[in-house]
Amino acid sequence: MPVLKTMRFGIWLALLLEVLLLTILTSSFGGSSGFESTFLNWSNLSQVIRALSFIAIMGVGQAVVIITGGIDLSVGSVLGLSGVVTAVLLNANVGTPAAVLAGVVVGLFGGILNGLVITRAKLPPFIVTLGMMSIARGLAFAITGGETIRSLPPGFLLIGQGEILGLPIPILAMALLAATVGFLLRSTPWGRYTYAIGGNEEAALLSGVSVHRVKIAVYALCGLAAGIAGVLFTSRFGVGQSTAGLGYELDVVAAAVIGGVSLTGGRGTILGVIIGSLLMGILRNGLVLLDVSAYWQQVAIGLVIVLAVILDRRTTSS
Amino acid sequence: MAPLLQMSGIRKEYPGVVALQDVGFELRSGEVHCLLGENGAGKSTLMKILSGAIRRDAGRIMIDGVDAVVDTPADAQRHGIGMIYQDFKLVPELSVAENIFLGNEPTQGRLPLIDYSLMHERSREVIAMLGESIPTAAQVRGLSIAQRQIVEIAKALSKKVRVLAMDEPTAPLTEHEMKNLFKVIRRLKEEGVGIIYISHRLEEIFEIGDRITVLRDGTFVHSCLVAEADKRSLVRWMVGRELEQEYPKIPLDRGGELLRIEHLNAGMLKDINLTLYQGEILGLAGLVGAGRTELARVLFGADPRESGRVTLGGKEIAPRSPREAIDAGIGLLTEDRNAYGLIMQMSVRENITLSNLKEVASGPFLSRSAESAVAERFTSELRIKTPGIEQQVEHLSGGNRQKVVLARWLFTKSSLLIFDEPTAGIDVGVKFEIYQLINRLAQEGVGVIVISSDLPELLGVSDRVAVMCEGRLTGILSRQEATQERVMLLASGETALEGFRG
Ligand SMILES: Nc1ncnc2c1ncn2[C@@H]1O[C@H](COP(=O)(O)OP(=O)(O)OP(=O)(O)O)[C@@H](O)[C@H]1O
Ligand SMILES: [Mg+2]
Repeated sequence: MPVLKTMRFGIWLALLLEVLLLTILTSSFGGSSGFESTFLNWSNLSQVIRALSFIAIMGVGQAVVIITGGIDLSVGSVLGLSGVVTAVLLNANVGTPAAVLAGVVVGLFGGILNGLVITRAKLPPFIVTLGMMSIARGLAFAITGGETIRSLPPGFLLIGQGEILGLPIPILAMALLAATVGFLLRSTPWGRYTYAIGGNEEAALLSGVSVHRVKIAVYALCGLAAGIAGVLFTSRFGVGQSTAGLGYELDVVAAAVIGGVSLTGGRGTILGVIIGSLLMGILRNGLVLLDVSAYWQQVAIGLVIVLAVILDRRTTSS
Repeated sequence: MAPLLQMSGIRKEYPGVVALQDVGFELRSGEVHCLLGENGAGKSTLMKILSGAIRRDAGRIMIDGVDAVVDTPADAQRHGIGMIYQDFKLVPELSVAENIFLGNEPTQGRLPLIDYSLMHERSREVIAMLGESIPTAAQVRGLSIAQRQIVEIAKALSKKVRVLAMDEPTAPLTEHEMKNLFKVIRRLKEEGVGIIYISHRLEEIFEIGDRITVLRDGTFVHSCLVAEADKRSLVRWMVGRELEQEYPKIPLDRGGELLRIEHLNAGMLKDINLTLYQGEILGLAGLVGAGRTELARVLFGADPRESGRVTLGGKEIAPRSPREAIDAGIGLLTEDRNAYGLIMQMSVRENITLSNLKEVASGPFLSRSAESAVAERFTSELRIKTPGIEQQVEHLSGGNRQKVVLARWLFTKSSLLIFDEPTAGIDVGVKFEIYQLINRLAQEGVGVIVISSDLPELLGVSDRVAVMCEGRLTGILSRQEATQERVMLLASGETALEGFRG
């Protein structure tokens, strides 16, 4: 898929509108009405992006799954499980590298399992990953007994809280993952097969695409991304919690769809997902800055999701 | 008296293509008006405008001499315009009966509840009218392409229509089903229905048509009575030049043994034994449901086999997936290009290279320039009509889609190519090119199996013809032995008459 052909300007427009609106609202009323800070400054922006990087990282994996015509509902739970496993191992003094690796592998393993069951048992991804969502969350609770795991080693905390060249590490991780996966999608046979399966699975199979293998790789990638997000998330907040990432799957799917990934498969880009995540993350931040109550925040987010997709479809069909 | 239907000054433009330009067309009640033209000439576009499926940019549609608004399919239905689309518009998850009455369900008295027994009964009636028996409760997903075509026709017939447009209704059908369809058409004519008939099989035009209109490149070329035309002139109007002979057969000495099938059993296939030589073109004949497609799928690893031995180039093969078959050197052009061939939202380029990406990759990465070069070469070689290789195949006409799939298999450079209905929906000019292309493959030593429901075509291109009936191979005839009658006899199961020849 050439980037330009599938790049949608509606989503850029929505993003731009949002940024403009927030900039004006927070700066013009900033002084007088006592909002805590303005939207458009470096520290707020880097905070916002760091906050949404977890969603974006999982969004990259999710996008690839959705492009094949599937869905992965387990990403939020897998994030939680991988975070808890990492935290427990850290406290067991296995050392930071081993604990981090274990957290990532948990995600990868969960993804592979999803892929295997979906392809071997020929079950709908919705059901399989719904099951995995419950299993992973349950395991996370079982491991911690519901307790929050604290006092993680400072070396580990650096991963989620530290910066390289002034950029928070989660943001760098997001950029790196997005760039890599975006490249793989565009420039490898595997990427092409991903789109082909989403477009017409039967035809792809008869054209010689090893559908099972590609699908397993796709779910593995999605799990891997959730694992990475789990480790970063745990490090960022300095605690291992079995409730981490609760309900994130919806945000992740929303980010992908807002970013132009078609739920029926076959279409979508990684750049789109990143912009979709930005749109959602900035909105949350803006609502906080504007001091909107938590209840109304939900209403506003729901509205914006639907409006953004409408705007996007309108501008692409014309 | 004003004609039943009149279309004039019709124009339709797509980005990069003018599909129709000032096209006019007239249909009288009780006549079969054939619409002819090369692939991409604009026939389907004109019909879709008539059925309200797409909007025209300019032009008038008049019914009984009065301007009619036909902007949506519902409008068309109100005016009594029925349509059999070239690309199926059936819902695979629904049953045969539910599809036939979709949007038109009979209800129980005044309650808004579907009267299923009536629906099934009436469905059975229409299907029986076509001389077929398809279980009306069966899911459309499981039907063969020919059966789906029958359902599509039944759907159009179930409605009371004054104008019935048929866009290549016989493309997947054999002679037998075609004859039944023609009976129905003749009856509709007597009832005063006006019929628009599109087909690339010219014999049919002379059998059923009253008048013809020819389009070329989106413009009107010629209109006259069928009686005033012959095959040569039809071809000349369509293609713009003469074609010397219909089947450019080159006699070839066959090479060594390429494919040997021994005692193959799989699903409906019973004890198939067959040998194919390098450079040989073997035709596979049979009625719909005889197991020809099934045999192709089993050889290609798309369906499992139960027992038997298959060797290719002396090596035993047992592909468990199409990928393994392709790697072993087998290619299969599937019969239903829309369902089993193309990835619609992908470009012409991406569809052509899909089965052989390693050829256009340098290392693990795809080379865009290599890929484009391949796509450019095939689009010009096969004269695929498209604004460019980046066009989505979704926007190509039926015949041009077929050429894209064909290009894909040519690019795999297989040693055995199985073509299942390679010329379905292909115009005469291109058919000729495809025959030449098959000849060229044979000359290069490729073994070719051709499955076609167009019997004259099959006899015209093949070195030998194998005939199947109900999952069995009932005979193999040499080019000299193979006459229509003998093939039809074997296809209906008269093995005793012919004996078995290996
Ligand atoms: N949705 C679309 N977008 C862009 N171009 C289109 C679209 N539909 C049709 N075309 C173009 O319009 C032209 C006419 O197409 P049409 O399908 O009417 O041809 P046809 O005469 O029915 O051909 P065939 O015999 O192959 O079915 C073709 O060049 C085709 O590529
Ligand atoms: Mg057509």
